[in-house]
Amino acid sequence: MNWSLALPEIVLSCCAMAILVFGVVVREDSTFVCTMLGLGAFLLTAMLILAAPFGTGYGGLFVVDPFADFMKLLILAGGAMAVVMSLDYNRHERLTRFEFPVLIVLSTVGMMVMASAANLMSLYLGLELQSLCIYVLAAFARDEQRSAEAGLKYFVLGALASGLLLYGISLVYGFAGTMDFARITRALTDPVTVSPGLVVGIVFIVTGLAFKISAAPFHMWTPDVYEGAPTPVTSFMSTAPKVAAMALLLRTMVAPFGHLLAQWQQLIVLVSILSMLWGSLAAIGQSSIKRLMAYSSIGHMGYALIGLAAGTAVGIRGVLIYMVTYVFMSAGTFAVIIAMRRRGRACEQINDLSGLGRTDPAMALAMVIFMFSMAGIPPMSGFFGKLYVFLAAVQAGMWTLAVIGVLTSVIGAYYYLRIIKVMYFDTGGEAFDPRPASLSVIAAGTGLFTTLFFVLPGPVLNAAQAAAQALFG
Amino acid sequence: MIYAVAVLAPLAGSIIAGLLGRAIGDRASQAVTILCMILAAICGVTAWVQHIWLGAPDGVVTLGSWMEAGSLHLDWALRYDTLAATMVAMVTFIATLIHIYSVGYMSHEPTPTSRFFSYLSLFSFAMLMLVSANNLVQLFFGWEGVGLASYLLIGYWYDKPSANAAAIKAFVVNRVGDLFFAVGIALTFFTFDSVELPTIFASIQQHANDTYALFGVHHAYELIGVLLFIGAMGKSAQIGLHVWLPDAMEGPTPVSALIHAATMVTAGVFLMARMSPIMSMAPGALAFVTVIGGTTALFAATIGCVQNDIKRVIAYSTCSQLGYMFVAAGVGAYQVSIFHLITHAFFKALLFLAAGSVIHAMSGEQDMRKMGGIWRSVPITYAVMWIGSLALAGIIPFAGYYSKDAILEASYAAGSATGDYGYACGLLAAFLTAFYSWRVLLLTFHGTPRADHHTMEHVHESPAVMTGPLIVLAIGATVAGFALRPYFIGDYWHAYWNNSITNGANNHVLERMEDLPGLVGYAPLITGVLGIGLAYVMYVLRPELPSLLADRFAPIYRLLLNKWYFDELYDMVLVQPYRRLARALWQVGDATIIDGVPNGLAELTVDSSAQVVRVQTGSIAVYAFTMLIGLVLLVSIFLVFR
Repeated sequence: MNWSLALPEIVLSCCAMAILVFGVVVREDSTFVCTMLGLGAFLLTAMLILAAPFGTGYGGLFVVDPFADFMKLLILAGGAMAVVMSLDYNRHERLTRFEFPVLIVLSTVGMMVMASAANLMSLYLGLELQSLCIYVLAAFARDEQRSAEAGLKYFVLGALASGLLLYGISLVYGFAGTMDFARITRALTDPVTVSPGLVVGIVFIVTGLAFKISAAPFHMWTPDVYEGAPTPVTSFMSTAPKVAAMALLLRTMVAPFGHLLAQWQQLIVLVSILSMLWGSLAAIGQSSIKRLMAYSSIGHMGYALIGLAAGTAVGIRGVLIYMVTYVFMSAGTFAVIIAMRRRGRACEQINDLSGLGRTDPAMALAMVIFMFSMAGIPPMSGFFGKLYVFLAAVQAGMWTLAVIGVLTSVIGAYYYLRIIKVMYFDTGGEAFDPRPASLSVIAAGTGLFTTLFFVLPGPVLNAAQAAAQALFG
Repeated sequence: MIYAVAVLAPLAGSIIAGLLGRAIGDRASQAVTILCMILAAICGVTAWVQHIWLGAPDGVVTLGSWMEAGSLHLDWALRYDTLAATMVAMVTFIATLIHIYSVGYMSHEPTPTSRFFSYLSLFSFAMLMLVSANNLVQLFFGWEGVGLASYLLIGYWYDKPSANAAAIKAFVVNRVGDLFFAVGIALTFFTFDSVELPTIFASIQQHANDTYALFGVHHAYELIGVLLFIGAMGKSAQIGLHVWLPDAMEGPTPVSALIHAATMVTAGVFLMARMSPIMSMAPGALAFVTVIGGTTALFAATIGCVQNDIKRVIAYSTCSQLGYMFVAAGVGAYQVSIFHLITHAFFKALLFLAAGSVIHAMSGEQDMRKMGGIWRSVPITYAVMWIGSLALAGIIPFAGYYSKDAILEASYAAGSATGDYGYACGLLAAFLTAFYSWRVLLLTFHGTPRADHHTMEHVHESPAVMTGPLIVLAIGATVAGFALRPYFIGDYWHAYWNNSITNGANNHVLERMEDLPGLVGYAPLITGVLGIGLAYVMYVLRPELPSLLADRFAPIYRLLLNKWYFDELYDMVLVQPYRRLARALWQVGDATIIDGVPNGLAELTVDSSAQVVRVQTGSIAVYAFTMLIGLVLLVSIFLVFR
């Protein structure tokens, strides 16, 4: 048995345990050290991923291919950025506990398992590991009612989603007789003979995964949880778990259920349209920037799903590029949001940004870059994300979907541009507290990536291309 | 080549004065534009002399490629033949005099005049491009350039609302004609698959029987001819599209002189001569040209008899004289029309500049009822005004006599019904022309002074920079007729025109003109003298007569005074309905529908947003319920559509 395939996951789990032990053993406040250790663990894992060979192991439970590696690296990037952003926030909000980085690391292990899952069972295990950590993280500010409420809501609804997913898995197992992706693929070679029960199982699985990427109509938890959770956790939730859940959705739809494309395509199209519409419409009425980001992420998942709905390798490549651009611009936006702090108190209203163009031009500029990118305005990276998914949809002849995507991104542009308007044209806001270096680094780095993506898109495009091919291979 | 210099030098002057006018100062701008014009005039006249008397062959000066699109190839090219060379020489010569005159006329302007001189040169350049064009599109370029420059110059005093209105009117009315001209060019391209003049002229016979079907089947040449002529009607202010010309008086007087004499209005007559190969194949179009020309000649002359503004009278006389030229073109005597165009250029420029000199002397007064008795104070102006009027009235031996006489002879010699109509109108108009010319002369210079004491004290002769051009033009108005006649329409016309104008296979008007009954030749002179006599009677011997007649024939008088109510008619039939339509389109079409759609969409979006947000109650049960509903929905869709 080739156990070394899972070496990155194993190493990361061991690191998590080690950090936990270290935190418990060292009596005084060890959060900073633990955080740094967590970052080190991420870095080490990333290198192991790049070095590890491809293959299938553990009796078909676990697969390592370019697709999995692509997703894992993206997950690690999202996790690492969330850890960095938590440093300053947790100190201000008196949340300095060493469990925070440990939970993020453990959650990341779960996500990596999700990206490599080749069996409905390993899929579920990874998903639960990830989710359980995030339930705790969402309620991390446990003295605060909003945070506790967010954790509880996420937990209850997440449990419901898990239940639906499990039910779907059992239906698929019942009708296909196996949980292994490769065997399911073989069982479904002839779509005509597929029983309705199995199809219903697929719908349940899609529902469970759609909940995780907060796609409409399974998105209801998102605004409340995003708003209540501590902001670095929100940032984490909006990046890494989305990537992991999207990885699962892509893999399950394309690999085991690939022959049923004609059947689940309608489903994904519907979910995609609903998400885009809901995300863009509901965001208009928001005054809290964290809620706004929640609806924004719903919309973005809708756009990403366009690529999956196309059902082609080009479409999957589009989704992957979209996820890359999304992770970086989303993390950057949250860096700016966390930096919104006046006299030690965190600000979460859009109006708090007024006058930022004068009081902190650099931060305002970064926010402009992210908002333009989210709205899909060239030459920001967000434009290319949208470009590739729309391209895939058009190539697959799904004009309606592409047109709806363009229309909703017009609506979306309204609330993104409104933020820019507030920053530069509204007056009154006092200056924010000085920015901590950690947030500046994240905002600057992601801002540069977002702005300069168009200069050298080659590496990302090629990697996404290889990953998409691997899935179809 | 000097020919190219003649055409391009005004452009250089215009660009320098226009772009650097502020930097180099007013005097320098004037000097640059005038020097460029003098250079152009020397080159232009030299090129003409070389071509006619020194045997320089016809040719084309290619300046560069303009467009390449499918079968359409266009060059910037200058056509060098008798017609073009004649026009270039005339335009550069007259325009130079007007430039020089303007230095004096504009000397009291409070603002820098570099802009004015730049426009004047641009105007001249556009006209030169027009007359030297070797393809219809370049001709159209010059055509539009003339329209643009006239707009800029008529509205030169842009703080005067009436000047702006006049400028817009001139532009818009010209656009109407331009539209037809453009369609005519398109149809030409459609017929010949080329807009190059040599190609068109070479294949005239091949397409002689082409037809074009739109609202019935038409002979292609007839249609092209009519379209080109309607374009010419706009530029040359023929009846129907003449309304802009009198209003163009709002510009400074040298502009009027330039518009009426050398550039712009003569473009239409030139176009007829230039396109004579096509026109002579279209007898129907030519008949139309004759009728419109004759009608305009008479109609404008009647209005000229009762107007009180000195420039307005002269403006209507231009309208009338252009009518004459179209009569000549209409009967196929294009040479005669160009002859009249050239002589008219001299005496009309002279009359306008002299009128400008009078206005200058009268401190800006243009109403003849407030002039009178100033001839002693402005002897040169008075003298040249006499010469101009004699030429206009067609009194031997002044320039107008030869050309007008020839037009009437040609129309008589044509022997067609339309030719006779043109002859009748022309003869009657000749009588009226002489009458209103002397009316102007007598009212302006003779009788008792009617201006106030203050103005009369300031009456003075204009400076040499103004009187100099006047004298040169006066000489031209005196000698141009008998000096040029032998070449243009006399014994040497075959050699002179050298086939640059085609009269048509069966058209022998020019030959037949020679042997007409004697009375036909003298009729215009006789009517002219009668007209002068009537004016003398009415304004010197019996000065109470005009008002008596005006009272007696009040309806006719009002009809004429109000210019046959053309402006009112257009206002009622075209302008007001158009304004109402525009208002409706603005308020209903734009503000309500076009703005309404995005505004409505925005409202719809905001409303939907409010609805969507309402669902987000915060209740966990509702959330779970929504998820389950979504699941049921998806399962049903899946099962129904699989």
